[in-house]
Amino acid sequence: MGKSSKVIEVDRLAVRFSGDSGDGMQLTGTLFSHTSAIYGNDISTFPDFPADIRAPQGTIGGVSGFQVHFGQGVTTPGDLTDVLVAMNPAALKANARFMKPGGTIIMDVDSFDSKNLQKAGYKTEDPIFEDKLEGFNVIKAPITSLTREAVTDLSLDNKSVIRSKNMFALGLVYWLFNRPLEHTQEYIRKKFGHKPAIMEGNLRVLQAGHDYGNIIQAITPSFHVSPTESRKGIYRNLNGNKAVAWGFLLAAEKSGLELFLGSYPITPATEILQELSERKDLGVKVFQAEDEIAGICTAIGASFAGSLAVTTTSGPGLALKTEAMGLAIMAELPIVIVDVQRGGPSTGLPTKTEQADLLQALYGRNGESPLVVIAASTPVNCFDYAFYAAKIAVEHMIPVILLTDGFLANGTQQWRVPEDNDFPEIKVPRTNQEPKAYKPYLRDAEKLRRDWVFPGMAGYEHRIGGLEKDAVTGNISHDGPNHHLMVTIRQEKLDRVANYIPDLEVMGDESADILVVGWGGTYGHLLTAVDQLNAMGKKVALAHFTYINPLPKNTADILKRFKKILICELNLGQFAGYLRMKHPQFNYCQYNKVHGQPFTVHELAEEIINQMEA
Amino acid sequence: MDNHLRFMSLQRKSSIKWRLEIMSETKNYTFTDYKSDQNVRWCPGCGDHAVLNTVQKAMAELHLNPEEVVVVSGIGCSSRFTYYMNTYGFHTIHGRGSAIASGVKVANPNLKVWHITGDGDALAIGGNHFIHTVRRNVDLNILLFNNQIYGLTKGQFSPTSKHGFISKTSPYGTVEFPFRPGELTIGARGHFFARTIDRELKLCVDVFKEAARHEGASVVEILQNCVIYNDKTHDAITDKEHKEDRTIILEHGKPMIFGVNRNKGFILEGINLKIVTIGENGITEKDILVHDATCEDNTLHLKLANMEYPEYPVALGVIRSVKAAVYNQELNNQINFVQRKTEIRKFRDLAIEGDVWEVK
Repeated sequence: MGKSSKVIEVDRLAVRFSGDSGDGMQLTGTLFSHTSAIYGNDISTFPDFPADIRAPQGTIGGVSGFQVHFGQGVTTPGDLTDVLVAMNPAALKANARFMKPGGTIIMDVDSFDSKNLQKAGYKTEDPIFEDKLEGFNVIKAPITSLTREAVTDLSLDNKSVIRSKNMFALGLVYWLFNRPLEHTQEYIRKKFGHKPAIMEGNLRVLQAGHDYGNIIQAITPSFHVSPTESRKGIYRNLNGNKAVAWGFLLAAEKSGLELFLGSYPITPATEILQELSERKDLGVKVFQAEDEIAGICTAIGASFAGSLAVTTTSGPGLALKTEAMGLAIMAELPIVIVDVQRGGPSTGLPTKTEQADLLQALYGRNGESPLVVIAASTPVNCFDYAFYAAKIAVEHMIPVILLTDGFLANGTQQWRVPEDNDFPEIKVPRTNQEPKAYKPYLRDAEKLRRDWVFPGMAGYEHRIGGLEKDAVTGNISHDGPNHHLMVTIRQEKLDRVANYIPDLEVMGDESADILVVGWGGTYGHLLTAVDQLNAMGKKVALAHFTYINPLPKNTADILKRFKKILICELNLGQFAGYLRMKHPQFNYCQYNKVHGQPFTVHELAEEIINQMEA
Repeated sequence: MDNHLRFMSLQRKSSIKWRLEIMSETKNYTFTDYKSDQNVRWCPGCGDHAVLNTVQKAMAELHLNPEEVVVVSGIGCSSRFTYYMNTYGFHTIHGRGSAIASGVKVANPNLKVWHITGDGDALAIGGNHFIHTVRRNVDLNILLFNNQIYGLTKGQFSPTSKHGFISKTSPYGTVEFPFRPGELTIGARGHFFARTIDRELKLCVDVFKEAARHEGASVVEILQNCVIYNDKTHDAITDKEHKEDRTIILEHGKPMIFGVNRNKGFILEGINLKIVTIGENGITEKDILVHDATCEDNTLHLKLANMEYPEYPVALGVIRSVKAAVYNQELNNQINFVQRKTEIRKFRDLAIEGDVWEVK
C-alpha cells in the first residue's frame, strides 16, 4: 500500500463519523465497524442520531453521529474519540467536545463556507480557532470537490455525487487505520449492482479517499490496531434490539414452541418488532396491536393457546401493560415482557438511555404481584438474556420482564454465532395428570409451577382467569385464608427461581475494600473503569447484576466481603433502594446520573477514587 | 375441516417437536356436554341464563368439540359466562377480552374462539380493542350482551344507556349520547352483525350458529335484560304483545316483512327506508325490499341496524354477513408463502447468513 514509516501501534482507538442526517454517517460507521470486526478487533459502537426525523440541513439539531471503538478488550463505545470526521461545520460544533486531547479531526473544508458556518452558530470564518481546536491534528480535506473530481466522467446527477462523499471519508479513515477496502468494495458492488454508474462512482470515491491519505502521509501518521485472538467460530455484528429478537428465535426452536409477538411501535424498542415481523421464514407470528395493552393481551392469549409469547416496549408502554401483567401472574402463564428503557417519566427522552424503570418493573402492579426481572448488560448478551428469560418463563410458568435500554438497543458488538449445544433445551411443562381429573393449579414440588395445558387437548378443558383461585381445585375462591396461601405460593414460586440462576461473580481485585455494584447496561463502562483502576494498582472490585428478581442466592455473601459498596446507576438510586430493602444489613453509597447518556469511564474512575479516599 | 377426521396441529410443519394430533370422530353432543360443574350465579331472572343455554344448544347443533372451543371474556356480569362452560375458558380483564381472544385465535387458528362481552366491557373500557378486532377481521364470535347498564358495579349508566337515562351516576339523567353497537361495528368495517333478544331462544340459537359459521369477526348484539338495575329496558320492543309490530326478523333473500298481520314492509324512498303496508296504495309483496345480508356495500345494512322504535321496528337476525379476508388466515398464508421461498429453515441459517466472518 506504500505506507509511510509513521505507523503507530495502539491497543484501541475510537472514531466518530458525524455529518448531516442525510450524509450517510450511520452507514459509514457501520461499514467501518464491520471491516474492523472482520479484521479481528473487538468493537463497540453507538449511534447518536437526532430525535427529529428531518431536522433542518446544516444545523446542530440535524447532526447524526456514529462512534466506533475498536481494538483489544473493548467493552464500551469509548468516552471520547481519537478521530472525528466532520462533514460540515454543525458536525464539528456538535462533536468537538467528544475529542480526546491531541486527536485527529478530518473536516470537509468544502462545506465550511460562510453560510454553513453561520448555520452551525460560528461567529467567525475560523472554527478551529473559535473552538480552540488548534491542539488537534486537523486534516482539512476538500472532500466534496475531490469526490466530484473522482466521478467527473460518469455523468452522475449531482445528488448521487453528493451522496457518495461519505465513501471518500470512509476511504480516508481506512487509510488512517491501515484497513483493507475489500469488505466495503464488496458491499458497494452488492448494493449498487443494478446501478452500474453509481456502483462505479462509489468505488472510485472510496479509493480516492484512500489515495488522498497517501498524499498527505508526509504530514500525518497512521495507526494500526492489532487484532485480538478470538474463539473459533462464525462472527457477525449485532445490536441489542436484534439480539433480543434473535434470542427469542432460538428459544422458540429450543422449546419447540411457535413464537408469537404482540407489540406496538415505540422508541427505542421498535426494531425488535420490525425484526420479528421479517421472520416469517421462521414461522414467527407478529401481531402489531392497536395499543400497548393489546400488545401484551394478544401475547397472553397466545400463551394460553400454547405459544412462546412475547411483548416488547419501552417505559411508557410498560406502564400501560401493568394490569395485563397482573393477569399473567394470576393465570400463571409464561410470557416475556421486554422493556427497552429510555429517559422518563412520561414521554421523557425517547431516544436517550436511562435505567429508571427498575422499580416500575419490580413493583408497578396492583396487589402482591411478583414476577422475574432480568437485565441484559451488553448489546450482544441481550441475546442470551432473551433466551433465558423465555426459558425461565416457560419452565416456571411465570411472567418475566427483560430490561434493556436505549444504549444496549442501538449499540453494536461483534457476536459469535452460538453452536447448537451452547444453549440448553427449554422443557415445556406439559402435564402428566390424567384427563378428566386435571387440576389446573396443581403444582410440581420443586418449582411450584403449574402444568401448561393447551386448548385442543380433550379431557383437560378448564377455566382460568384473573379472579383468585382455590389452591387445590383452581375454581374461583373468595376465601381469605386461601387467598393468603395463594399470595404466598406465588411469591415462593418466584423466590425458587433463584435455585435456577447463576451466582453473582466478583470481577477485578477480590481483596479490594471497595465493591462497585452495577446492573444492566452500565456493565461495559463499569468494567472498563475497574480494569483501568486495577491496572493503576488501585484495589477495586466489581459485582454486576443481571438477575434482579430474584437476586442471586450468594448476593449477601458477596456484599459482606467488602467494607464499602458503591452502587452506580443511571437513575436516582433505584437499585440501591432495592438492595437496602433486600439486604438492609449493609451500607450502600451511590453514584447516579440521568443525562440520557451512558456513564463515561472517566467519571466512574474519578468517582470510585473519590469514594476510596472519602 | 373434514367431517370425520380432524387434525389439529399446534405446531407448524418442519420445526415441530410436539404435534398434538387429535383424531376423533365428530360426536353428537347435547347442550349438557358444554355445561361445567360450577353453579351459575347470575341473578334469578337475568337474561344471561337464556343466552348461556342457547349458546350451549348452538354449539351442540354445530357439533363443536368442547376441547376445541375457547371462551374468552372480559369483566362484567356476562363475562362470568366462561366459568359455566365445559370448554377451555379464560376470564380476563376489563375491556381486553377481544385482544386476548385475538391472540388465542391467531396462535392456534384451529380453535373456535367465542368472546363474551357486555356494553361496558366492549364499548367503554374496551372500545379501542373492539373496533380494531372488528376492523382486522380476526375469526372470532363476539357476543355483546347489551343491557344498557353496569350491573356488576350495581347500576351506573353505560355507553349504550339512552340519552337522559337516570342511574346512580346520572341522577338527573345522562347528558351523553349512546353508542349503537351495530353502527359502531359497521363503522369499524365489520363484516358480520346480527341482533337478537335474550328471551327469543330460537332466534338466539339460529343467530349464534350463523355467527359461528361466518369466517371472520362476527358481532352479535344481544338485547339482554338486567332484572335488578335496568329491568324491562327493552320491553317496549320485546314484550309479547308488541314484538311483532316493533321488531323485524331479517332473513337473507327474503322480503323485509313484519307486523302482527305480516303486512308491513320496507321500500326505499330516496335514500331512506319507508314503512309501507301491503295492500294499501297499490303496494304488493313484490314491491318490498328483499334483504341481502351479503351485499358488500354497507349503506343499507347501516340503515337497518340503526332502526329504532318508535320510528321503525328494531331489526333482528343477521343484518350483515359479508365474506372478506380473515386476519388469521392471511397471516398463515403469508408465513407459508415466505417459507416456501426461503432458505432459512432454522435459527442458525439466519444467524450465519449475510455479513459474517469466520475465525478458524
